[in-house]
Amino acid sequence: MYYGFSITVLRTLLNPRMSATKSLKKEGSELAQANKQLEILSNGIFKDELPTFAKKIKETGDFPLRPKKLEVLQINVGYMCNQVCDHCHVDAGPDRKEIMTWETMELCLEVIRNTGAHTLDLTGGAPEMNPHFKRFVEEASKAGIKDFIVRSNLTIIRANKKYYDLPDFFKKHNVHVISSMPHWTRGKTDKQRGDGVFDKSIKALQELNERGYGMPGSDLKLDLVYNPSGAFLPGDQASMEKDFKKALMEDFGIQFHNLFAITNLPIARFLDYLIASENYEDYMYQLVEAYNPMAVKNVMCTNTISISWDGYLFDCDFNQMLELPVASKIKHIKDYNEDILNDRNIVISQHCYGCTAGAGSSCQGTVA
Amino acid sequence: MANQYYDPKDLRKFGKITEWSEELGTKFFDYYSKVFEDGALTAREKSLIALAVAHTEQCPYCIDAYTKDGLQKGITKEEMMEAVHTGAAIKSGATLVHGVMMMNKVNKLDG
Repeated sequence: MYYGFSITVLRTLLNPRMSATKSLKKEGSELAQANKQLEILSNGIFKDELPTFAKKIKETGDFPLRPKKLEVLQINVGYMCNQVCDHCHVDAGPDRKEIMTWETMELCLEVIRNTGAHTLDLTGGAPEMNPHFKRFVEEASKAGIKDFIVRSNLTIIRANKKYYDLPDFFKKHNVHVISSMPHWTRGKTDKQRGDGVFDKSIKALQELNERGYGMPGSDLKLDLVYNPSGAFLPGDQASMEKDFKKALMEDFGIQFHNLFAITNLPIARFLDYLIASENYEDYMYQLVEAYNPMAVKNVMCTNTISISWDGYLFDCDFNQMLELPVASKIKHIKDYNEDILNDRNIVISQHCYGCTAGAGSSCQGTVA
Repeated sequence: MANQYYDPKDLRKFGKITEWSEELGTKFFDYYSKVFEDGALTAREKSLIALAVAHTEQCPYCIDAYTKDGLQKGITKEEMMEAVHTGAAIKSGATLVHGVMMMNKVNKLDG
């Protein structure tokens, strides 16, 4: 049981409508520590009531979980963000100082030029806030990777004049834009992502549409990510996509290609919220009950390598935040070797249930 | 017996109904899951109907389940409240329409 100090509880007591403005790390919360999060995820209900993830995947002979062919290189270029979303698994925010240096980016570029992966996926924080972002995109786009993704929170495009040219910049380098959008209504979006986020996101989407992003048949790919605004699992991805498309088209004339429904994983700020709102146990029960062995077969850690702002290698962005490095002698991008790296056991804990519930969840949406 | 009739945790045990009568339990759950699939009505519309009925039946388990189901389907709280009012209106209408029976009786006995 976790009895630690909770920022969310305090915030709720002070003002239930107030959104976060600082990261857990800045607040000095116990939950900013990865080992504290892992302790919570390994104790309590997972001591006697619910099976651990390792035990669960043993039922179908999937333990130890092993990588398949590497398809996606996901690079987290820094935890700084202009937003402080309630559910953020990165605990990102304006106060985070972890930013990838150009030296580390050069090591990444070397890997990008030689990798067998077909997808390059830049994430953050707000990746655009890295001071070397544009130079990095320019260089990386020359490497001929098939699918070059930037995960943009949309509001960054409207945050400051220096970012106004991002839609044109993305278009110039044929970047595939993937953006978060928790709901097609202002109320639900702002509740999760902060006041004013909805209107700015709509404006940014319209600007992307104007450049051809997200239009039917367009090569300029624009996908949206939906993740629930509270302690519940995402609904059916295809139905949600239909609802999003209809509402965004009717209300704002906005078009996009695909909607990815992503489950919130019980780590960082979302874990803090679950505990503070007394939803933690129910949420974990939901995840375990919705466990789908088919999703395990395609879980994203089996085809992805996640690289942190300081160049360390992880099975996924979540493990990165939990400071669980790859179980390989290759730990850092400077020693990168795809063959050695691919011969490893994937590091798991109970948060992994988030990727195997229902139709499964990954940075590319459902997997089963 | 627990010291209360309703326990939220019991909802998780609903599936165990099948253990004591596999055939009937399985038939029920097959039927139940089929009902809620997309058909002439969408799963979303059915979820709202279920929420309204959950209230008129005053079933705490159902209210718990279909509030969560609604959130999962992206249904807004305004839509949910309208569904509950729809159920409530039918429920009160159903009471009130019996007033005609009362009127008929009065008219017959004392008209």
